[in-house]
Amino acid sequence: MSFDIIKHRTWWFILSSVLVLASLISIFINGFNFGIDYTGGTILDMQFNKAVSVSEVRQVIDQSNMDLGNTVIQLTGVTDQDSSTDVMLRMRNLSSDETKAVSEKLSTSLGGAEIKRTESVGAVIGSEVTKNAVTSLAVAFIALAAYISFRFEYKIAISALISIVHDLIMVLGVFSFFHLEIDATFLAAILTVVGYSMNEAVVIFDRVRENTRTHRRTDSYEKLAHDSISQSIHRSIYTLSTVLFACGALHFFGGESTKNFSLVMLIGFISGAYSSICVDTSIWVVWKNHTSNRRGLKSSDDESEEDEEAAETQKG
Amino acid sequence: MRTRNMIKFFGAVIIIVAAFVTLINPLANSIKQGLDLQGGTHIVLEAEDTPDAPVTEDSLSRAVTIVERRINEMGLTEPLVQKEGARRIIVELPGEKNPEKAIETIGKTAVMEFKDESGTTRMTGSDLKTAKEQIDQGHKNVVGIEFTDEGAKKFADLTASNVGHKIGIYLDGELLTNPVVNEPITGGKAVITGSQTLEDAKNLAILLRSGALPVKLKVMEVRTIGPSLGLDSKLKSEKAFAIGILLIMVFLIVIYRMSGIVANIALLVYVLILLGILKYLDATLTLPGIAGVILSMGFAVDANILIFERFKEEVLVGKTLRTSMEAGFRRAFNTILDANVSVMIAAIVLIVMGSGTVKGFAVNLALGLVVSMFTAIVVSRSLLTWFINTGLITNPWFYGLNRKPPEHMLKKGGQK
Repeated sequence: MSFDIIKHRTWWFILSSVLVLASLISIFINGFNFGIDYTGGTILDMQFNKAVSVSEVRQVIDQSNMDLGNTVIQLTGVTDQDSSTDVMLRMRNLSSDETKAVSEKLSTSLGGAEIKRTESVGAVIGSEVTKNAVTSLAVAFIALAAYISFRFEYKIAISALISIVHDLIMVLGVFSFFHLEIDATFLAAILTVVGYSMNEAVVIFDRVRENTRTHRRTDSYEKLAHDSISQSIHRSIYTLSTVLFACGALHFFGGESTKNFSLVMLIGFISGAYSSICVDTSIWVVWKNHTSNRRGLKSSDDESEEDEEAAETQKG
Repeated sequence: MRTRNMIKFFGAVIIIVAAFVTLINPLANSIKQGLDLQGGTHIVLEAEDTPDAPVTEDSLSRAVTIVERRINEMGLTEPLVQKEGARRIIVELPGEKNPEKAIETIGKTAVMEFKDESGTTRMTGSDLKTAKEQIDQGHKNVVGIEFTDEGAKKFADLTASNVGHKIGIYLDGELLTNPVVNEPITGGKAVITGSQTLEDAKNLAILLRSGALPVKLKVMEVRTIGPSLGLDSKLKSEKAFAIGILLIMVFLIVIYRMSGIVANIALLVYVLILLGILKYLDATLTLPGIAGVILSMGFAVDANILIFERFKEEVLVGKTLRTSMEAGFRRAFNTILDANVSVMIAAIVLIVMGSGTVKGFAVNLALGLVVSMFTAIVVSRSLLTWFINTGLITNPWFYGLNRKPPEHMLKKGGQK
């Protein structure tokens, strides 16, 4: 590979910092669009016999005298600008009788409709989901850090985790910027991104680990990282492609409710591949250069092995 | 040797492809489908502590039994009632589109009381033997009740001492009816009037028959998916699966040619084994679960990619195809293991801490990782060994090499 990723590390740091900063600003200004799984509330998804507009639906809702002032009305499916047969309403948490009353009122007032989906979640469950999400992430991070520190070294674990946080901020930034809904499956997608991003990092650092044994001790960390990246970049790109094919198929052809779910992963996987190739190896090189005057992982052998065969037997 | 390997390779390929083509549809369709695919209602109830009735393990278990009985008596198809955690009950009603009535009936505490005019409770629901909805002579919907032996005595006493007065029949403190007693009733039978429809009468009868809940239940969550949306999701998932697997397969053939074909055959085995395990475990396939299966196909071929990249490196160093392949599998193993463990950690966290549908996704992802280790390593290794041993193709280009290996090596390549 001719292009030296490690040599251009300043650029990656700048690019990543800008993207992270932009994401954080968006999160700060726009906040998130949390779904009813987190906030509690009722979703009513209806298909009308004829196309209706938001204001028509709003009028019926306002006449209901059921304290539905905060209802969000959204046209879904095929829309021609301002009317559609498919409408989604997001309301305060209604009992099933109230939900039925609202849907019947809409159906009779606006020419008949079929209920595609209703979901009601109490506020208690919502706050539990949030708490659970935060703990899950924390547990996953600690477990991964422990595993990588055990198999590699803690500097690799921290470098990889920094790049994973970077990926998560990226995903959150996009969701915040486009005001996409965050639902209960969001956490599953986020944790898959964490797993994938770590997987990418592991494959590259696995090469670093191996090259530490086979390279000359006089070789710099830059060279070590550069060679490791060149040896694994094809794999990184190919695997990214196959997971993107799977994920893209899910996003563009799959069901409505897995759309945002797969979008998290599309963004996360791309960011994860980029950050593990460009960012976390760079962080590691900088860190190593600052703290060690002697190249080599903590378990490095006394004799540097240049012979591939010897290295292979050593690996067992 | 050559012929033997040819028979092994082509035999295995034909069997795998034939098995995939014939089994994939029946297998996928025989796995239980979640409510988000077939339509239905999912309800989460939570038991609440009250001064008289704190939530205990025992009271929750009894509540589950009563809820189950009520649902069964309503005649809903294939319902599922299960405890979740210390105070929740999950109810799944496939195919149920209008759950309002069901929810009302399921969640009612249904404490029945007979009170005299002074407001003293004289009898309770435990004095009832049975209850049944009826239409009386005046075409009114009523619930006929029958008392236990002891209840019949109490009722005779109650009516005898209240001739000319009203008695009140209450359900959860709400007055159902308060008839005036004309004469003592000794037969141990009575009717409760006041039901609007026959269905209301039927639900009341179910409540009275199933008895009162030992704890108060509150509806926490209700999700209803219409059958058309469920079918739509199912068809779309099938399409996404087909497109996903096709793209991956074409990609692998373009990148790795013959090795890619071998990886694709292993991918077919992977999908079959994964679905087979899900069926064996009697798992329920939900939309996120299917997403997990589709996504895991992308991860499943990762092991093969790692192996083939190593394989290419070894060929470029100048080894024969056979030794390169073996070295590729051997040297990639550690990497595959470490890489898979990191995704596995994330999946396990989700399995342990996630809820419902999220858990389904994580289980499929985790299963997929284990199965893919097997198919990518064992299945594709055997296939590739057999194929290389047939000696049909010795040009490394067919194994994904784009750069030429050193000239003197090319002649040796593939020779056994």
